Amino acid sequence: MPVTTIGGREVHVDDEGFLTEYDEWSEDLAKVLAENIGIAELSDGHWKVINFLRSDFQEQGETATLRRVSTVGGVPTKELFQLFPKKPARKMSYVAGLPKPAGCI
Amino acid sequence: MNDAPIVPDFGDEGEERKIAFVCSKGTLDMAYPALIMASGALEQGVETHIFFTFWGMDMINKETTGSLKFTPVGNTTATRQAHMPMIFTAFPGIASIATSQMKKQLEALDIPDVPTFLTHLTDMGCHLWACKMSVDMFGLTEDDMIDELEGIMNVADFIELIDGAQTMFI
Repeated sequence: MPVTTIGGREVHVDDEGFLTEYDEWSEDLAKVLAENIGIAELSDGHWKVINFLRSDFQEQGETATLRRVSTVGGVPTKELFQLFPKKPARKMSYVAGLPKPAGCI
Repeated sequence: MNDAPIVPDFGDEGEERKIAFVCSKGTLDMAYPALIMASGALEQGVETHIFFTFWGMDMINKETTGSLKFTPVGNTTATRQAHMPMIFTAFPGIASIATSQMKKQLEALDIPDVPTFLTHLTDMGCHLWACKMSVDMFGLTEDDMIDELEGIMNVADFIELIDGAQTMFI
């Protein structure tokens, strides 16, 4: 696994750059991850998604899909596209320090 | 160790992709391929269009969208899985049993039913179009079809619309 320095900290990532260690993530790191992909500031809306993804991952062992974030996490799909433009599933996972969702829907 | 952090390339700067599906089938099993692939495309930020034609009109007809059926007639996989000789597949009631079986399998995977799925797609920005000729042929109007439908379109306009799109006929 590659190691990279993000926000002055060494973290383990996969070949694409997604964090691989759940516990290496922090809220401060999330801000830097977001900046890396062009999200200048994390709003309350972003945090609602990130916090849901983190806790759901702990329970389920996998990253929630967009549909799960909307039906279980309570964030409408339209809003997800506003918060994480164009590729919300991957972008939200990246900022939350989780792998890409494995599910298809 | 790298100096620059490894950051995923989300292709935000790349060329705009476009994808189109033509749905020509009205059975439950043939409704899902386009729905699932369209959802994947939309998640990847790809402009997505679905054109419903012929039996595919059942997918967007208010009366039928929620009650599409699956029939194992002529389906070698279904008969193998059910250990059923093909001749029995045409018997009354078999399609209902096969349909409810398939719905259970989809539900177990948390895959929404067709009407919910279509709403999910349009929430993600999907464009749904009905084929003008099919609308005329089946004597339908826009009122007969789901609210998520963007419009009725003739084939010339659709061909123009999908200029440069990767297109799949289902």
